[in-house]
Amino acid sequence: MKYRLSFAITVVVLLALAVLPVYARWVEEPFLLTFLTRALVLALAALSLNIVLGFGGLVSFGHALYLGLGAYSVGILASHGVDNGALQLLIIVVLCALVGLTTGWVSLRTSGIGFIMITLAFAQMFFYLFVSLKQYGGDDGLSISLRSQLLGLDMGAPLTLYYTAFACVLAVVVWTQHMVHAPFGMVLQAIRMNERRMNALGFHTLRYKLSAYVLSCVIAGVAGFLYANLTGYTSPAYLKWPLSGELIVMVVLGGMGTVLGPLVGALALLVCEEVLKGMTEHWPIILGPFIVLVVLLARRGLYGLALDWDARQAARRASRGASA
Amino acid sequence: MTLSLFFIQLLNGLQLGVLLFMLSAGLTLVFGIMNFVNLAHGCLYMMGAYFAATVYAATDSFVAAGVAAVVGGGVMAALVEWVVARPLYTRDHLDHVLATFGLILFFNELARWVWGASPSYMNVPPALSGTLDILGVMYPIYRFAIISAGLIAALGCYLLIAKTRVGMLIRAGSLNPTMVAALGVNIRLLNALVFSLGGALAGLAGLMSSPILSVQPGMGEPILILVMIVIVIGGIGSVQGAFYAALMVGVIDTAGRAFLPLLLREFIDRSSAQAAGPAIASMLTCIFMATVLALRPQGLFPVKNA
Repeated sequence: MKYRLSFAITVVVLLALAVLPVYARWVEEPFLLTFLTRALVLALAALSLNIVLGFGGLVSFGHALYLGLGAYSVGILASHGVDNGALQLLIIVVLCALVGLTTGWVSLRTSGIGFIMITLAFAQMFFYLFVSLKQYGGDDGLSISLRSQLLGLDMGAPLTLYYTAFACVLAVVVWTQHMVHAPFGMVLQAIRMNERRMNALGFHTLRYKLSAYVLSCVIAGVAGFLYANLTGYTSPAYLKWPLSGELIVMVVLGGMGTVLGPLVGALALLVCEEVLKGMTEHWPIILGPFIVLVVLLARRGLYGLALDWDARQAARRASRGASA
Repeated sequence: MTLSLFFIQLLNGLQLGVLLFMLSAGLTLVFGIMNFVNLAHGCLYMMGAYFAATVYAATDSFVAAGVAAVVGGGVMAALVEWVVARPLYTRDHLDHVLATFGLILFFNELARWVWGASPSYMNVPPALSGTLDILGVMYPIYRFAIISAGLIAALGCYLLIAKTRVGMLIRAGSLNPTMVAALGVNIRLLNALVFSLGGALAGLAGLMSSPILSVQPGMGEPILILVMIVIVIGGIGSVQGAFYAALMVGVIDTAGRAFLPLLLREFIDRSSAQAAGPAIASMLTCIFMATVLALRPQGLFPVKNA
């Protein structure tokens, strides 16, 4: 049985995520459970970003927008007494798809720096929109007293919420794994490598990029649904660019364009933040240069490094086999 | 009354516009020549403002504060270029975004650590305080000083870029950096020079705005987003485009803030109009940029690429 590091990491991470909340319950550490749920929800958003960023090569710097749209949908519906999770999710999916479709159609007309800037500008636009909605809290945000009831599951119960988030993450990971080798994923990655050639081969590249973008927006919206239920609160800060930046850091730290990378990256970044917060109140002063170092030195990300290591081992085995 | 209000808002818009120009002139060159996305440009502006406020508080001399802000901004920019930007020129935009995002976290926290989280204020220098009467409208002299400083900076940029040898190299660099390097020009030095020139201009913007805004950690980011909008509208790499776009964005943003609440009051009640006005005005500039990008993805005044 050949040993593979990336496979081992996958098993360890998923097993730990499955078991840790039970442990947290047992030792009565509610903070650990909240922390893990937050990590999973942000990982879900990072996984969604990875579809456009990692596979499509589109640097969206406004992905927090869809997280915020999801969170605000829950908040606004709950403030009107609607706590039906299925209905909320339906509205989120439709809303995020529509917003993603229109903003994506305009944004994808540009590329490179233009695309980064315009996605950022759209996110800021919605940020100002929610700041101006005084009846829904405006600047101060909106607290959610009514948690969603999703098909008989109470999203207010910490463990239920955790396992719902876990199920979503698993679903997206499995789907991504599938997509990478499916025609859609192949075309998407080929467009990232050489768009002109794909155009010449007769692929309608804009259609593929837009589909990936809309899909990614919808998943980020679902993450927003979970995030609102976790924090019991939604605020314009959820749409702001620091969160978009953090999502990009998660994807790159974990390994861009790898299936499990964003999950690993989200866990690593949040653990890192917690450790630094424990050390000093001025923790961003260490985190900032750390991010710069990651960019300068470890471009492949943590999970990407594991994949590289596996590839080297496999190559060594192959050469040994050839010489024997 | 309405006419004078209109006139005052136009001057305010012009003042925001020249501030935006000072920030976007350097940045658009960095985008255009090095093809480098520098999100940390707002931090240079913030550091410039802090340097100015600190030196002014210590020496009571506006000139000393100006020197500190401009030189400080230039030196910080040179450091950023040397340590972070230079190794990343050959990488893709994602790496630039990430690395400069890390720098933003660092600089904002540094400012919070050194100067505290509460905003600092800088007084208007006595020589520039008071108001001036033009056409029956009273307008603060200091704001005229900002407009003049911005126009002088714009003129300086024009002279530097259009009339000097360095400017010629900068123009050549924004068209085809590889060719400039192949012709034996020290492109590394040129890059560092452009970067620190941008930093010095950002420091100047920080100096000029610190008496009218509160100097606080994170003050660079809201204005950075406006600057990005200016650059994209003006056409990446085009200083001339940045100038026109900065004035347009400045006037649109200010006019929106001033007149939209008045307009909205016709339709909704007064307090929500007051709250919604500035937010919708901020959206206006984003909508303006989205429209420009949708119609002309290269911006309004693109660098003519042969």
